[in-house]
Amino acid sequence: MRLTGFFIFAASVALLPVLFPDNYFVTVVGIAAGLHVILAVGLNLLIGYAGQISLGHAAFFGMGAYASAILTTRFDWPGLLAMLVGLLVTGTIAWLLAQPILRLRGHYLAMATLGFGVIVHVILVQATHWTGGPDGLGEIPALSLLGWIVDDDQRWYGVIAAAMLLSIWLSLNLVDSRIGRALRAVRGSEFAAEMMGIDATRAKTQIFVVSALFAAFAGSLFAHQQAFISPDSFSLMISVELVTMVVLGGIASTFGAACGAIALTLLHESLVVFEDYELLIHGALLMAVMIFLPQGLFVGLTQGVRRRWISRIASRQDMKGERNSTVQQ
Amino acid sequence: MTHSSILLAVEALEQSFGGVMALAGVSFQTPENLIYAIIGPNGAGKTTLFNVLCGFYQPTAGHLRFDGQELRGLPSHRIAALGIARTFQNLQLFFNMTVLENVMVGCHLRGRTSLLAAALRLPKVRHEERRLRQWAGEALELCELSSHAERSAGALPYGLMKRVEIARALAAKPRLLLLDEPAAGLNDTETMALRDLLSRIRAAGVTILLVEHHMPLVMSVSDRLLVLDYGSVLAEGAPAEIQANPRVIAAYLGGAVQYAI
Ligand SMILES: Nc1ncnc2c1ncn2[C@@H]1O[C@H](COP(=O)(O)OP(=O)(O)OP(=O)(O)O)[C@@H](O)[C@H]1O
Ligand SMILES: [Mg+2]
Repeated sequence: MRLTGFFIFAASVALLPVLFPDNYFVTVVGIAAGLHVILAVGLNLLIGYAGQISLGHAAFFGMGAYASAILTTRFDWPGLLAMLVGLLVTGTIAWLLAQPILRLRGHYLAMATLGFGVIVHVILVQATHWTGGPDGLGEIPALSLLGWIVDDDQRWYGVIAAAMLLSIWLSLNLVDSRIGRALRAVRGSEFAAEMMGIDATRAKTQIFVVSALFAAFAGSLFAHQQAFISPDSFSLMISVELVTMVVLGGIASTFGAACGAIALTLLHESLVVFEDYELLIHGALLMAVMIFLPQGLFVGLTQGVRRRWISRIASRQDMKGERNSTVQQ
Repeated sequence: MTHSSILLAVEALEQSFGGVMALAGVSFQTPENLIYAIIGPNGAGKTTLFNVLCGFYQPTAGHLRFDGQELRGLPSHRIAALGIARTFQNLQLFFNMTVLENVMVGCHLRGRTSLLAAALRLPKVRHEERRLRQWAGEALELCELSSHAERSAGALPYGLMKRVEIARALAAKPRLLLLDEPAAGLNDTETMALRDLLSRIRAAGVTILLVEHHMPLVMSVSDRLLVLDYGSVLAEGAPAEIQANPRVIAAYLGGAVQYAI
């Protein structure tokens, strides 16, 4: 069935806290991983399916986070309303940005999005009056969902798991639809896609905005969950890490992106002891994956297993066939 | 021919690339519901004509009218929406998709699903998916590709890839189909199958512009021919007229005509 993988994944996410109750690692790392999954799945729609690169995605993550933080702390807005306005603002900015930017290709697009990410980061640092500058913004109130206050790690795990599953579900639906096929067509051959009546510019613009919305959604949750944010969480380094997650897991696969996000989060957690070498190990791992599993961890491994499976079944059938033919003789 | 209406009218079309005049004032009219072949030696401007027709190049001068509407200046996807579909001389399949998915992309214009509806997978989206699948299936069947539907487009042999391109173009239910050298690289059996396919497509009411070098195929299947040479029209007429035209024989066809007859 179409959503089998999704239900298996959802069940594992739901079972984890039951199997390991009150486990700090599960909840805290789970929360971080969940947010990364939302970011990576959204970015994968753009990179993996539309074939467009964004090296400034942390900027959209930051916009969602700061919109929520500023509106709830300075204007006492309710969290959900702030989140909605944050999404609206980020979506609009992404749409405006897409107009000139998506006309560019390849390296130029990478440079343009990178530039955008840097500019947003500088604004977050410099606009001290609004953002608190490098010191960040604190005392962001807990998120309240129709009266239910999300204020401990267990609850956050539940909320972020639900948000993560929602984004995976949305992504799976999108990919396997008229819109998703149009995107993949644009990636395959823009010229041919146009001749099938697909407005390539429009398709790319739409998915750029969607991908920014996924990031802003994650940002808003992140702000409430952390209760404190600073520009460090939205730097160029983070943008690069997000791209790494998508590539690491396997491009053009929703679960690939999700696995990449989880793998990289776990790696970070286990590398804190080697803090000084983190970047080094991170880089070496990425190189190893690129060399040995160029399609990414998830896609590479699942395909490998499937191929071995098929060849084993095939060889078994061959043996049967031989036996039959000897009998016939 | 005088009775059938004109589907495509090209007037004094010019396309230059720097110093090269790829099309130097080409005019012709294609009546509806027939196979109209465009032949000419390598570099005559046939592919360029297709590329101008479908909005990939903006012509230097001239007009293109499809069912009375000016095509010049329209982006490719708008031209496609008017009912023009095409295949490509150098394959432009979506190798990252299955055969069925490729052909379903061909159905793009016949679907309505918006991004939001798709993301939420509303019930109407499921209905439309089923319909698109069915339409794509019909196009595959017409092209005798049903058994290859689930294969990856990139894993097919060349001859089948070319046929998938035709199926993909047909899935759009076009009024005008542009085929750029569909027989190139095919063996004799495949070419015969192609001839039958072209006749079936014409019978379904689709007008075909056929660019092709394979003379036996062209002469047996087309209703009218246009001969291009160095970007200009050398001759236009029914196959018999073209085969008898001394200018065509001298400039281009030569032995090929004899062979075809
Ligand atoms: N994009 C381009 N830039 C410059 N010159 C071009 C371009 N496209 C085509 N030409 C030139 O225009 C002329 C016509 O080329 P075209 O591809 O239309 O020929 P053709 O009739 O399709 O030939 P063939 O039978 O080999 O496919 C050639 O001289 C070609 O070099
Ligand atoms: Mg050509």
